[in-house]
Amino acid sequence: MRSKRSELMVGCFIVLGVAALVYLAVQVSGLAFSSKKDTYQVVARFDDIAGLTSRAKVSIAGVAVGNVESITFDKDLYMALVTMNIDSDVNNIPTDSSIAVLTSGLLGEKYLGISIGADDEMLKNGSEIYDTQSALVLETLISQFLFKGGDSEK
Amino acid sequence: MKSIGLLGASLLDWLEAVGRAGIFLVQSIFRLPVRFKESVNLLVKQLYSVGVLSLVIIIVSGAFIGMVLSLQGYSILAKFGSEEAVGQLLALSLLRELSPVVTALLFAGRAGSSLTAEIGLMKATEQLSSFEMMGVDPLRRVIAPRFIAGVICLPILSLIFSASGILGGHLVSVEWLGVYDGAFWSSMQQSVYFDTDILNGLIKALCFSVVVTWIAVYQGYECVPTSEGIGKATTRTVVLGSLAILALDFVLTAAMFGDF
Repeated sequence: MRSKRSELMVGCFIVLGVAALVYLAVQVSGLAFSSKKDTYQVVARFDDIAGLTSRAKVSIAGVAVGNVESITFDKDLYMALVTMNIDSDVNNIPTDSSIAVLTSGLLGEKYLGISIGADDEMLKNGSEIYDTQSALVLETLISQFLFKGGDSEK
Repeated sequence: MKSIGLLGASLLDWLEAVGRAGIFLVQSIFRLPVRFKESVNLLVKQLYSVGVLSLVIIIVSGAFIGMVLSLQGYSILAKFGSEEAVGQLLALSLLRELSPVVTALLFAGRAGSSLTAEIGLMKATEQLSSFEMMGVDPLRRVIAPRFIAGVICLPILSLIFSASGILGGHLVSVEWLGVYDGAFWSSMQQSVYFDTDILNGLIKALCFSVVVTWIAVYQGYECVPTSEGIGKATTRTVVLGSLAILALDFVLTAAMFGDF
């Protein structure tokens, strides 16, 4: 009887461990089991991405519709080449839409926001968004502000 | 001249001990009893005494560490107006660092010392040699189940520690300090990745479990079979085990999270 009880307890222990792993995976890391959604790839070239990382979200109207796949340096144009995956249900983004590097909050994470254009042609797998806006770099803003302030005092 | 000789002799002794411990490790891994049923029975018994009996201390200390982290993190983050980031701070510090290390330290104190004392007492009362007399290999019968049970238990305990810490931290930061619930979880989910954070923490716990259990069973097996010797061996298990965990943690952290 004693050995039965300890077997039961060991079973509970292992189940508890597995439950903890599942809990951590789902609730804490937000791992979705159906993460293999259908996506298509779009590229964009930026002058400055200032801290955008891969896996950052791509959003339209603030709703996440995809994520950044990779960021590489375009040697010929001296620009950042950002490749992103966009959910294939969102297949009606006009080709003249513009994309900007945005920051959530003052010190939050960087993400990409797409503003919808008016063209009849839609983005497909492999197409490029040409209208890009670089990240707002706080240091540049502050230095511009300081220099302007200096001028007006004179 | 004589002192140089002594130095060399102690180095040789030390090398010999390391070699013995290494051979001991290999022997105890591959020597479960041949009959499957018997080895499962022995293993379950050890899993019970090493794992299940450590559950309470792990859950309670995990919850308290999560609560303290939330309080400390909140008091600093509130100055920058970003209290929600307490979820991120809590999950990352628990998963990457605190839960493997603290679980391993507690494990060395709770389970490691009892393994050493148990095996040492078996040696002192000549149970190990009577196993040999009966033609039963004590490594197979006594050491291997304890070693394997220890290696299995620590990663599981570390997972439970993380979960309990996060629940405790959630209790303090959301229920007590009034951090917004949705922001707490979403900041956590944005920054925690399953492969880099949870799996790396698990790998850390696995490395610690091998080292701690190895030290514990080896110290028990090699102790001087007197009451004083058992006491010394138990102390050595805790001291050496804790030092090994902290040193190994630095190496593992540098390897896993060191590339910026």
